[in-house]
Amino acid sequence: MARILVIAEHDGVVLNPSTAKTVACAAEIDGAEIDIAVLAESSSQVATEAAALASVTRVRTVDNEANKHPLAAVLAPQIVALAEGYSHVFGPSTTFGKDLMPRVAALLGVNQISDIMSVEGTHTFKRPIYAGNAIVTMEAPADVTVVATVRTASYRAIGGGNAATVESADISVELPTHTRFVEMQVGSSDRPDLQAAPKVVAGGRALASEENFALIYSLADKLGAGVGATRAAVDAGYVPNELQVGQTGRIIAPDLYIAIGISGAIQHVTGIKDAGTIVAINKDEEAPIFEVADIGLVGDLFAVVPELTDAL
Amino acid sequence: MDKILVGLKRVVDYNVRVRVKSDGSGVETDGVKMSINPFDEIALEEALRIKEKGAANEIIVVSIGTAEAQQQLRTGLAMGADRAILVETEESIDALSCARALLEIIKREDPGLVILGKQAIDDDNIQTGQMLATLWGRPQGSFASQVDLDGDKARIVREIDVGLETIEIDLPAVITADLRLNEPRYVKLPDIMKAKKKPLDQIPLAELGIEASPRIEKTLFEPPAERQKGVMVDDVQGLIAALKDKGLV
Repeated sequence: MARILVIAEHDGVVLNPSTAKTVACAAEIDGAEIDIAVLAESSSQVATEAAALASVTRVRTVDNEANKHPLAAVLAPQIVALAEGYSHVFGPSTTFGKDLMPRVAALLGVNQISDIMSVEGTHTFKRPIYAGNAIVTMEAPADVTVVATVRTASYRAIGGGNAATVESADISVELPTHTRFVEMQVGSSDRPDLQAAPKVVAGGRALASEENFALIYSLADKLGAGVGATRAAVDAGYVPNELQVGQTGRIIAPDLYIAIGISGAIQHVTGIKDAGTIVAINKDEEAPIFEVADIGLVGDLFAVVPELTDAL
Repeated sequence: MDKILVGLKRVVDYNVRVRVKSDGSGVETDGVKMSINPFDEIALEEALRIKEKGAANEIIVVSIGTAEAQQQLRTGLAMGADRAILVETEESIDALSCARALLEIIKREDPGLVILGKQAIDDDNIQTGQMLATLWGRPQGSFASQVDLDGDKARIVREIDVGLETIEIDLPAVITADLRLNEPRYVKLPDIMKAKKKPLDQIPLAELGIEASPRIEKTLFEPPAERQKGVMVDDVQGLIAALKDKGLV
């Protein structure tokens, strides 16, 4: 039997959708018994949300002032204390999980499987490497804990309606003080979150300026879509870093992805491969984005995008 | 501080479109252009800038791999590192073993700061820096887009999914470099000549005496599922019609 501990990602108030996707992955393992760990300053609200997720047996909470901000060095030893008796410890492959889970793995003395995209057996998983240019099957040893992150774009959030037991876990661990939270600058936007949005409109270098990105925002607002960008557009300062989609940014799977003025470098395409429908608008008919697009339109974005926005 | 240690990994160049071997045993690397992992170049650039500001005396670049990784170390020396260490092994090495090997180098060199790339673009694991910090019992500033040193502390701005997070960590520590930390310098020809004279130590991995880690086997490599090429439309009306067809607008 697989006993799986899923580490909840949250902001102290709301459970991040990455958690329900991680549970969805864990639930694919044969005979999985899934618990969720919520480490917070005050866990009650998040724990209630976690307890509603299907397939979850128990929610184990650790309330501690030190857990107010998710500092990997502070969380990891507590997770290791909680992990006793589990065969698997899973976290989401978001920046939260990427920062934290290798610390858990190192404390347990095991290697980690990053970015699980499919479950092939209790200890066998597939994951992408080389920016998604290759898929490798990984077989973890059966005699040690499997520590892994889950590629959230590969999973749909598991449903709700459950009422799992919530219990406070009694752990006593010495926590480091060498890492301190200072501040957080969160992008202020009323638009849907890039990771969760069913529709995403994204722009590339061809937008040529921060001002011109208004074209992208207008179309996105008309569609009720989130906004994304390529590395080049972020590097050029047209948009903030949290909008970057691709190998080193966000990996997303919206129902509709509209790529505007995006050439389609492999590092970008790897971030959108799981999108339902990809639309490409580019003036260069040879652009590689058309190789992966379901619908392509060759044209000048500065003419096409306003026309599209008006026509919708 | 006296020393900064920087990790350089030899990887398939980021412009190469990697192909899976037909027997599924790995990816094709014969005759393929190899380079320093781009994030590691950024890590080295940051170390060089810290030294140029007078906050460090010596930059040591370290790689773990085959003798061929000397090429990447020489490039690192040409960028401005003072000396290089190659931990030599013919076997591919997992992230935990890599972190354990780097920890042994830390014990020998006692650096005030270790800077690595946030991820290697070959295996995309994003593990080594965090594992190293853990084994060392030190803080980590992962995915750093800004590093400000202040005595025995560092203030790190981190690129995270929702924006930018700033943390303060005590030194020594491990920092992992994100894309926008800096733009690495180009290597000039005279520096390449000079780099040939800089010291490059080779240490067999076995000599470090690291514990064997529970190995995850890679049993099969496959090409990704290809997306089918779609349809081209002539104009905005055609695009809207196609979207309506799919029920997307």
